[in-house]
Amino acid sequence: MNSSNSCNVGIVIVSHSRKIAEGAADMVRQMVGSAVPLAWTGGDIDGGLGTNVAGILEAIEAAWSPAGVAVLVDLGGAETNSEMAVEMLPEDRRARVVVCNAPVVEGAVIAATESSGGSPLAAVKRSAEEFYA
Amino acid sequence: MHDAHASRPGETAVPLTASAVLVNKVGLHARPSVKLTQCAKGFTAKIELALSADGPWTDAKSPVKVMRVKAPQGATLHFRVTGSDGKAALAAVLALVHDGFGEA
Repeated sequence: MNSSNSCNVGIVIVSHSRKIAEGAADMVRQMVGSAVPLAWTGGDIDGGLGTNVAGILEAIEAAWSPAGVAVLVDLGGAETNSEMAVEMLPEDRRARVVVCNAPVVEGAVIAATESSGGSPLAAVKRSAEEFYA
Repeated sequence: MHDAHASRPGETAVPLTASAVLVNKVGLHARPSVKLTQCAKGFTAKIELALSADGPWTDAKSPVKVMRVKAPQGATLHFRVTGSDGKAALAAVLALVHDGFGEA
């Protein structure tokens, strides 16, 4: 579900669908490589379509980096649940996690590309959000 | 094919320019764009690319902007580089293009 091997900004993919989350993560690994901590989560706790806060928290933990974590989400609940997960983090970590306003697949690839070059969290977020600029 | 003009080693104020033809089949699509920006980010120099020698210039360190160029196979990519490690940066991006981004 994850692998992390650097101090680069971590990337978390949150989709309503496990398959989309996993597939987007595959694209990141294939296109960007393994220099970026990456984790994904998708589906509700019963395995249906949806998102769940516990799964998002686990993914953030798995992709954790001292440089922070950028979260890419798809629709509505993925965003609100991700925001809720961020609020539940220990205070010292909360400020180092951002939810990006970017399309989940493209944003994940671009965010990871930016991160793989050692860019800080703000630059990773900005780059992912260029899609809507 | 590539040709370097205005090459002044050690000179930082004057941009170095060179061009190369895109040989890989898909052109500058997603994966090559990512490789190019990753390569460009390894240098402090400002690196820009364009489909024409007189621009418009695109920041080669921005994957989103590079993909938007939509450069097809056979297009000539022009590079403009400014900075102390500009010469090495130019050589690296040209090598990547010549090599078809490793996908021929």
